[in-house]
This record gives sequence, C-alpha cells and structure tokens, in this order.
Amino acid sequence: MVKTLEGSHAIADMIVNCEADVLACYPITPSTHIAEKLQKYYADGKIPEYITVEQEFSAISALAGASATGARTFTTTSSQGVALMHEVLYAVAGMRLPIVMCVANRSLNSPLGIWCDHQDIIPERDSGWIILMCESNQEAVDTLPQAYKLAESLLLPVMVCIDGFYLTHAVEQIDVPSKEIVQKFLPKFKPEFKLDTNNPITLGIYSTPQYLQDFREDLANDVDNAREPIKKTEEEFSKIINRNYGNGLIENYKCDDAERIIIAMSSFCGNVKEAIDELRDKGEKVGLLRIKSYRPFPYKDVQEILKNKKHVGVFDRATTLGGHPPLYTDVLAAIYDSDQKVPISSFIGGLGGKDVTVETAKNIFEDLKENKIKRKFV
Amino acid sequence: MVVFKREDDIFTSGHTACAGCGAALAIRTIMRAIGKDCIVVNTTSCSEIFSVCFPRSAWKVPYIHVTFENGASVASGVSRALKAQGNDHTKVVVIAGDGGTADIGFGAVSGSWERNEDILYIMYNNGAYENTGIQRSSQTPQYAWSTTSQIGEEVRGKQEPIKPMVKIAAAHGIPYAASASTGYLIDLENKVKKALNIKGSRFIDVLSPCVPGWKYDPQLTVELAKLAVETGLWKLNEIENGDINNEKITVQPSFKPVEEYLKLQGRFKHLTPDEIKIIQARVNKDWGR
Repeated sequence: MVKTLEGSHAIADMIVNCEADVLACYPITPSTHIAEKLQKYYADGKIPEYITVEQEFSAISALAGASATGARTFTTTSSQGVALMHEVLYAVAGMRLPIVMCVANRSLNSPLGIWCDHQDIIPERDSGWIILMCESNQEAVDTLPQAYKLAESLLLPVMVCIDGFYLTHAVEQIDVPSKEIVQKFLPKFKPEFKLDTNNPITLGIYSTPQYLQDFREDLANDVDNAREPIKKTEEEFSKIINRNYGNGLIENYKCDDAERIIIAMSSFCGNVKEAIDELRDKGEKVGLLRIKSYRPFPYKDVQEILKNKKHVGVFDRATTLGGHPPLYTDVLAAIYDSDQKVPISSFIGGLGGKDVTVETAKNIFEDLKENKIKRKFV
Repeated sequence: MVVFKREDDIFTSGHTACAGCGAALAIRTIMRAIGKDCIVVNTTSCSEIFSVCFPRSAWKVPYIHVTFENGASVASGVSRALKAQGNDHTKVVVIAGDGGTADIGFGAVSGSWERNEDILYIMYNNGAYENTGIQRSSQTPQYAWSTTSQIGEEVRGKQEPIKPMVKIAAAHGIPYAASASTGYLIDLENKVKKALNIKGSRFIDVLSPCVPGWKYDPQLTVELAKLAVETGLWKLNEIENGDINNEKITVQPSFKPVEEYLKLQGRFKHLTPDEIKIIQARVNKDWGR
C-alpha cells in the first residue's frame, strides 16, 4: 500500500515485514530515525528483541552472536559508526554470518560533518559484505527482503546503502510491500549450522598459515559468485512487486545509443537522469550507468555497456587519498580487462553533503564533449 | 565432595596450553560446574588460541569467538536470540582474559552490565596480555615487570594498582559479582554454580597464574594461586545485587607475609625490601590490619 512517510520509517516498516528477530542499534545521524522507529516497534511487540547497545562496535558484535544463534538480525548506522564497526564487519563476513545492515551514507571525520557522501563504506569495500547502493527509498525498501534472501542463501552479510538525509529524511510516497508479500518471497531463516546445544559447533576459529588462505579464497569466490544470485533475486522479487531496478547489479539508463555516459551510484543518479532527459530533448546522446552492486562489482556489465562509447565520466562521492578515487578505479579495471579503448574521466563531488544537482550532471556531460581525460573535483 | 571423571570434561584435554596453565585449569573447572546446556563466547586470548586452532576444538559445547574486545556484546546477542527462540534454560557464558575484559573490552562489558544482560561472564585473570608476550594490563599488579612495564633507573615496573573489577561490576548493580582463584577450586565451583542459578549479569574474576608471564616453576601454579589468597593480596569475595557495603569474604586469609608469594615469581624479582614493605602495607590497609 502506498503511503506518505519518511524514508527511515519505510525502512523500519520493511524490517518488521521481514520478521527480523534480534536488532542492535546505536543512534547516529542520519540513520537515527530508522533506529528510533524500530525501537517503537519493539515497544509495541512487533520486534522480538532490540539491544540498546553502548556503541556501534557492540551493535554489530551482538548481531554476530544473535545471527550465529540462528536469529534474523538487523542494524543501521552511518559514518563513524561504520568505521567503529570496521573490525567486526570483516570478522562476520569471514564467519559467514548473514547479517543485514542499512547504512545511511555520511562523510567521515575530519572535518566533522553529518551530511552525505560515500566515504564511510569505502573502507568496508574489501570486507566480504555484499554492498547494494540504492537510488531511492522505494528501491531501498524493495531491496531489503532481497538482502535477507541473498544473505541467508549465500551465507554472506549484506549492506543496503542509502544516501543520508537525501533519502533518510525525505518524506514521500512509498509502497512498503506487506508482510504477506514478503513471506511469499523470503522463507524463514533456518540455518544449517548454528550455536545449538544439541549439535555443538565451534565458530570463529584460529587458523595457521596452512589453512587461512583457503578460507579467504573460498570467501572471495563466494562473493564473486554472488553476481548471478543478485540478478536472479532482483528478477524474482520484481515480478512479485511489479517494480524493477535494472538487473540487480546495474541500471542502464539510456546508454544503448549514448555517446557520453556518466557512471555513478545512489541518489545523485536521479539528478543525472533528469539531466539526461533534458539533454536528449536537445538531441544529445547521453546516458547513465548506475552501479547498484558496488560489491561484488559488475565488471562484465560495465564492459558491455561501455562498448563503443566516446567518453565516460565516473562520478565518485568519495576519495582515495593518494590514489584514484574508488569507483573510478573499478571502472578503469573493468575496461583494462576488455579489448576496448574508451577515455574515462574522473569527477569527485558531493563530499560532506555538497549539493550535486542536475546542473552538476550537465556540466559533467559538457566536460565529456572534449576528448581529453579529466580528473577533477566538481 | 564431587568426583569428576575425565569424560565429564566439557573443556577437554588435547588443547595446546602451556604446562601448568592456570587459565586452562580454571576453564576446565568452570565448565565442569556449568555442564552441557550452555553456549560459550570466547574472546581473542590465550584460551582462544590454545583451544580452537583449526581443525581442532577443545570444546564439547557450542562455542563462538569473534574478536578481542566484544565478548560481552556477542554474548548479549546470543542471549537475546535464545530469548527470541523461547529458550529459557541454555546458559550463555563468556570466557575472556583480563585484557579483553578490563581494558579493550571494558566499554562492551560495562554496557552489558548496565543492560543487565543474562550472561555469566568469567574473566580469567592472569594479570597481563600474556598471549601477545606479557604486556601490562590494568590487572597487572603494582611494581610487576612486564614487557611494557620494564624495570629501569627511572621507572620500576607497573606504577599503578590493579583496577578493581569486582567492585566496578558490583557498582553497576548487577545481581552477582565475585572473585575466585585457581588455588581454591571448590570455592570457584561453588561460585559458578551459585551464579548459574541467578538471572541477569553475573561476573567472576578468577586469578589464573601464568607460567611464562609470572616466571615461576610450572609445578607451583596452584601453590601460587593459594598464596595470593593466604597473603591477602587476592581477596575471595562475593557482592550481590550491587550491595558494595556488604562484601562477603568466602575464604579468610591467614596473612602470610606477601614476600612468600612475591619471591616465587620472576616478575617481582627486582623488588627491593622497601617496595615489598609498601606492598605489605597496602595489604594491611586493605584488610584493616
């Protein structure tokens, strides 16, 4: 049912509909409203357990314990909260615990800021979590049941990311699929292995060099092999809800005949689409390749879509200090791996909530008219 | 007196702890007292390294380790998941070292106590980061040598007294906080059994001598753990429901001179007669003598 509500509250509603058992949250702007709404649902008896932890490190740690005991789990955080979880994010991926977390993306200190960029998740890129970047609240709500399905079938943790404030605090019309609809798609969580006194297992072992690389290789292969399940899950759920967001890994917005393309993630893509529509009315052949699955990264889709393009601009809402920005690096790697030669320019913008508008997107397309490779802040 | 058989062991032999390891003795005793209806949460520590080196495990009950500093949080999650599943009988037990509890994991521990999570938290206290090569912790005794409290011309060993974890635990108002020693296994067992029958947060601080860290003859583990109590340096106590003015002493010390305990350990071999006098004076003051 379509309702007018805040993005954060729609996310909270969906967590109830996904029948999460154990939550552990620590408030941090801009994810706070999700945690607050879920607390109300706990108070109302709609969430079985909610641990009001004393820090984010404990939030993710508590979920590790709960997930290992066979509970469906959820937490939400932002920025320094993600950073404080860092060590445990790697550990739970290695332990194959299917935790789902919603990150409301925000800049990392310093300077301290509370507004959106993607710097907070960049250090977690290599953690073994599946990272799904949503453009809209509707997409985030529709992605959460998929996140649980992927996590629990692949035994990998999944992060569903939304742009802080732009989405978390936006009040708009959102259709939150009901519990009955979600139940049709998402089976009960029944893990093959869990902490159970009837069948004792040891989890979180210590490993010598003889075995450790084998564990890491298995994990690497499983994250790589998640691309097909991500596509399949998106296809399956989109048939139920009659909405879809590309193929689950990427969204191709008017790229087929485009000469110039912007590659970007999350809410800025809405403005890029707006710019594309305006420019196409003037006869300009422009398109957007939106990366939905940041990890695993859709190298093949990127290679396919960038075939025979004239100039590509990668928009990063984060920096890699002393190196090329993160999304740009991934796109370069994808293209180096193919037989194509396409100029790829780098644009960094929207850091710490700096506005990135339709005008910003148009300016990038203007820059892409030149054949010269650019690397700049916008 | 209960006689245990080897097959009763839940923490089994074949682990790789040092000969004379106080922690291994403590854990074996504690686990015998707890029985099989429990889930163990361990933190990164000697006990993790010597009990779960892949592909072996010394544990006959479900076991989880995640990181060094999050035992109390992981256990909170396990406990709440059991509650969500309607399981009101399985015990959740944390086995953690003093560094993982009193230092790096203190925030998580304090948080779990503030929430009065239904967890039995055992801190086996060997008084240093023994696993990483004997670095000082907040539980290292005053004047003791460690690799990060060295003996020099300007500074002689650790300068600060031990952070009082039982009092701190009790000050959170949790239902049960106690101190035990591997020199008094029946007292330890009694405390574990008592704690098992209480709901909410329970904390037991168990003195567990460490052969390489304390530098003593491995056959003296129990002897040292006894002497610590007999000299009054280590108090065997219980505080219930946060009533810190009502501390119960479970074993009265005979007040042997502290020197008898200190002289057996390499970590104290640099002590001067004056320093030993200071330690003795502090013990006397602690006990109102």
